[in-house]
Amino acid sequence: MLVNEIINAKDLPVMEFDGIIVGGGGAGMRASLQLAESGLNTAVISKVFPTRSHTVSAQGGITCAIQSDDPDDDWRWHMFDTVKGSDYIGDQEAIEYMCSEGPKAVFELEHMGLPFSRTEEGRIYQRPFGGQSKDYGKGGQATRTCAAADRTGHSLLHTLYQANLKAGTNFLNEWLAVDMVLNTDGAVVGVIAFKIETGEIYYIKSKATVLATGGAGRIYASTTNALINTGDGIGMALRAGIPVQDIEMWQFHPTGIHGAGTLVTEGCRGEGGYLLNKDGERFMERYAPNSKDLASRDVVARSMALEILEGRGCGQNADHIFLRLDHLGPEVVHKRLPGITELSKTFAGVDPAVQPIPVVPTCHYMMGGIPTNINGQVITVKEGKDEVIEGLYAAGEVACVSVHGGNRLGGNSLLDLVVFGRAAGIYIEESMKQGVDLKDASHDDIDKALERLNKLNASSEGEQVTVLKERMQQNMQNNFGVFRTKDLMEKGIQDLSKVRGEVENMHLKDKSATFNTARIEALEMQNLFEVAEATAITANNRKESRGAHSRDDYPDRDDDNWLKHSIYFSETKEVSKRDVNCRPKTVQAFQPTVRSY
Amino acid sequence: MSQTIPVEQLKSLTMSIYRYDPSVDEKPYMQDIVIEVPTDKDIMVLDALHLAKDQEPSLSYRRSCREGVCGSDGMNINGKNGLACVTPLSEVVKRNKLTIRPMPGLPVVRDLIVDMKQFFDQLEKVKPYLITNSDNPEIERTQSPEEREELDGLYECILCGCCSTSCPSFWWNPDKFLGPAALLQSWRFIADSRDEATEERLDALEDSFSLYRCHGIMNCVSVCPKGLNPTEAISNIRNKLINREK
Repeated sequence: MLVNEIINAKDLPVMEFDGIIVGGGGAGMRASLQLAESGLNTAVISKVFPTRSHTVSAQGGITCAIQSDDPDDDWRWHMFDTVKGSDYIGDQEAIEYMCSEGPKAVFELEHMGLPFSRTEEGRIYQRPFGGQSKDYGKGGQATRTCAAADRTGHSLLHTLYQANLKAGTNFLNEWLAVDMVLNTDGAVVGVIAFKIETGEIYYIKSKATVLATGGAGRIYASTTNALINTGDGIGMALRAGIPVQDIEMWQFHPTGIHGAGTLVTEGCRGEGGYLLNKDGERFMERYAPNSKDLASRDVVARSMALEILEGRGCGQNADHIFLRLDHLGPEVVHKRLPGITELSKTFAGVDPAVQPIPVVPTCHYMMGGIPTNINGQVITVKEGKDEVIEGLYAAGEVACVSVHGGNRLGGNSLLDLVVFGRAAGIYIEESMKQGVDLKDASHDDIDKALERLNKLNASSEGEQVTVLKERMQQNMQNNFGVFRTKDLMEKGIQDLSKVRGEVENMHLKDKSATFNTARIEALEMQNLFEVAEATAITANNRKESRGAHSRDDYPDRDDDNWLKHSIYFSETKEVSKRDVNCRPKTVQAFQPTVRSY
Repeated sequence: MSQTIPVEQLKSLTMSIYRYDPSVDEKPYMQDIVIEVPTDKDIMVLDALHLAKDQEPSLSYRRSCREGVCGSDGMNINGKNGLACVTPLSEVVKRNKLTIRPMPGLPVVRDLIVDMKQFFDQLEKVKPYLITNSDNPEIERTQSPEEREELDGLYECILCGCCSTSCPSFWWNPDKFLGPAALLQSWRFIADSRDEATEERLDALEDSFSLYRCHGIMNCVSVCPKGLNPTEAISNIRNKLINREK
């Protein structure tokens, strides 16, 4: 059966695995490795060859208290920094788990062969990153980010792919998952997916489905994210009636290359680089007297945006900031930051060992996502109570466990994805041993997951994908950026609601079944749109400023009313609140205080 | 992009693009697509392809990171393999024309998309993963900075396929000659002080095809978008094979 036919459950072929992982990035391949090594019949469904996943673009490193640079480093200090960085809406049980399990997960990566940079003692090289401290903020800057030059994500992703080859994981490479199949109990029992090359379509049945589809930075016009970051898992979850959490929280990375949007690692500032305005002033000294250029990302991004707004931007149009590295000397720049040197030359035409790099805050990371517990199990909220969705797991950027809260610290995303990819794998392995009994999906259940595809295939008129995408991206860029205001957000929401109908009724002109990228882009657009609308509505709903969410009508953090997660369902477009977990297991909870750097 | 730039700052560029959809076309053909590109700044070949796709949505090619690190968009640009996303038009456009074909030597799936199966099959043959027999320590294995430096120029490979698909030896024997990309990976693990399977790896290369079909043509070196040197890696393996005690 081919993807361009009228597809029905009755004639649809079925493929069956013990566990399936949707997404072949870091989180997905860490989960699949765990399952494959435990002998379960495991398949990774990835819309690109796994090493093309966006984890490959992570540069600076993976933050973890492995006590290489500082033998006295303590995971509890890392936990403190992460809680503070999250502006106190990160779940402390999850952060505790990530920071304390982290060293194990990082050493495992090294054992698999990850080519970390090394210290003279032969241990893993660590560099300072933003928002890091010793002794619970009292001991000055820490040096905690483990690095493979400035290609840590590339090294990590390739290492995990290699380890999965060794473990015998099944790879369904260049297969696109369209929607999840839910049985009548509301449990997830697999996905509909097709092989992009040939268009062969299947119901892929499984007792455990892990969503590891990454982020959705492409809802914005300017982003560091790969073109494939289209929020496929978020779209699938929202359509299946599963909520998203804190999706209003989008990180703008301080240093995207002006014009191109490509990332320049925070490791540049970790190695001693700093930001300058048009007067040649190190302006971060004014905004963050202690941490300066290594304050957390939301703080640095806002400071840069203010400098530009107040007319102190660099260049002819005063629309960017300079990142200076030349004082570090060519030795450090070329040895520690070879990838940055390459990217700066290609996309900005400058050699950072000689000239500053023009940078602007650029959409980078989705802190929110599908709510999960620390085992990766997806959670929904019913009448104010958490409830586990049977058969469904999520890990990595698509998930909101939540370790990043309102603002993620640099180097914590790679740690998040290995720790919780691994945790989901361990939990699934255990639950399979106990036995998993889920009701089979009926033809009706399966047909529901085919609706979107059938509709697109039947389209004979309607708007083009590219037109709708550009309209949405401009809307999000202009109305839901670093600074947010009520009027603009309301205007943005209105425009999105006008566009929704057109997105659901797009025209797919090319109906070919063979590697049809137009069909993929149309399906991706519908996923992006779900993320954009969820972002817009939850952003307007959160009436305070916290972490990356900053609005002029509510400039302060409001712990009395908003020390809460936002929970959003797309069917009702309603936002509710969910308690933040302040119950770590082995340490005292960190109480919210004024956040300064 | 074209909508936001004033007309006087645009110029036309003719792209001649290889088109083939086996479910529709009897045979491949070259299609001319005229796009408008800015005069005051350089754009990448991938940006130009996006502009062409705006006109012809059925045009198919792979792309992901758009910054030269994921290896999706290897293709043949005016006769030379390269990554579309990091190749500026100024480097490749000749007489206002740009010819784009799929990477040579592999079966075409559709338009600029080739079937990479043979490429990845050869990669898997070199066991591209760390092999150790000794127990893992509690923390990381140690490796000196000098030992780690041996991996520079090797671990950065992005598996784009530009090298192997520009290699005449690979065109002739894609099933028997491993090709520059796989051999670079083979050396990446042989050169790793932590790997404990050097002999096993060398044994697997002791036939007349796997490695020895490399004739030092060095197309691989001239096209590698990451500036890596597979020919050197191959000669390092060769030396190791010759010098080891039997």
